[in-house]
Amino acid sequence: MTIRCEIVSQDRTVFEGDVDIVVLPGADGEMGILPKHSPVLTTLKYGIIKIRRGGKEELFTVAGGVAEVQPDIVTVLADAAENIEEIDVERAEAARKRAEEALAKGVPADTDAYLAVEAALRRSNLRIDAVRRYRRGSRIPGSES
Amino acid sequence: MASAREMRLRIRSVKNIAQVTRALETVSASKVRKAIAAVTATRPYATKAWQVLKHVAQQPGRESLHPLLAERTSVNKTLVVVITGDRGLAGAYNSNVIRFVASRFDNHPVPVKYIAVGRKGRDLLIRRRKNVIADFSNLPAAPSFADVSAIGRLAVDEFMKGEVDEVYLVYTDFVNMARQVTTVKKLLPLELVGEGLVEDFGGQHNGPQAAYEYEPEMNEILDEIIPRFTALQVYQAVLESLASEHAARMVAMRNATDNAKELVGELQLAYNKVRQQTITNDILDIVGGAEALAAK
Repeated sequence: MTIRCEIVSQDRTVFEGDVDIVVLPGADGEMGILPKHSPVLTTLKYGIIKIRRGGKEELFTVAGGVAEVQPDIVTVLADAAENIEEIDVERAEAARKRAEEALAKGVPADTDAYLAVEAALRRSNLRIDAVRRYRRGSRIPGSES
Repeated sequence: MASAREMRLRIRSVKNIAQVTRALETVSASKVRKAIAAVTATRPYATKAWQVLKHVAQQPGRESLHPLLAERTSVNKTLVVVITGDRGLAGAYNSNVIRFVASRFDNHPVPVKYIAVGRKGRDLLIRRRKNVIADFSNLPAAPSFADVSAIGRLAVDEFMKGEVDEVYLVYTDFVNMARQVTTVKKLLPLELVGEGLVEDFGGQHNGPQAAYEYEPEMNEILDEIIPRFTALQVYQAVLESLASEHAARMVAMRNATDNAKELVGELQLAYNKVRQQTITNDILDIVGGAEALAAK
């Protein structure tokens, strides 16, 4: 008994397949979705999506979004998502540095600009944390914080 | 007949034009490839988002679920979002959109306001004395969702404030390189019957049987996703239009190049005749002169 899981971000399909369980970072807390779950519509927090199939676990970062659960399918519409094995740590570090520098220069007057910088910072932090915590056999050299 | 010198100049200038149009064609060819990639990349998300919206709309009592889903009893004002390009030289691309708008909305029973996306469309609408309330020109060559989300937000705001009672979106659907179709789509209130912006997945699974549980509150989540997905439709339309614009420009430029080449051929032929004629005349003069001398 499996449930179909589809994770799409705005620019691509991140994951598609039949799985045993999906764990989502829902707005009101983590929720584990098994096959035949009752329909749910939920927003997602910044966090990790866990998928298990055939005893193997896969992890994805998700930077907010929406998930729709039907008894036979889970659809995740992520603002941004990727498999943590695919995260480019150097790029995330660079993005974090850029965002921090932008904020250090002062808060932009434009609300949209500020939100964009803030979101970039949160996304890169999420990616870096996820890699540090979950990626198999990977330590980020020279990281202290 | 023009002098040989004038014709030489003419041929040179036509050749230059052909060179420019060929360059523009090459540029458009590479841009159209990128634009098509962008359109196809966002399609899975747009398709899924549309599916979720449809499921929401199938919930019992959709009219009362969210104001953006509710049909207004009396329609007093209409808003039309018109998507064109910032630049000309794209064949009939821009004027097709405007002509379509005119035929569709000039005899509209209620006053119509316009939001122009793209400089050409704005200029043409203003010249026709339309009521343009906002203008989004100079979008980046490859716009991100953030670049265009303001358009959708403005449309939703106008609708929510009651300034307008329905919102239409006019854009150019990219079918293939040779075919782009100007299309109108009702944006608000969300029309969920009939085909969507993107093709449906037929029969993958049947809609929801039971009502949703919402997390967090229903209103909160609908407030978040419905305006977003509306903006997403605008985004998808902008991408479709961009791909169409580049394709139209590429075809227009290819035709221009072909025409210029043909013209050069004709001019060259005429020029050769003129040149040959002058040479013949010159020789005749010399021969005539020599014979006159010999006859003495």
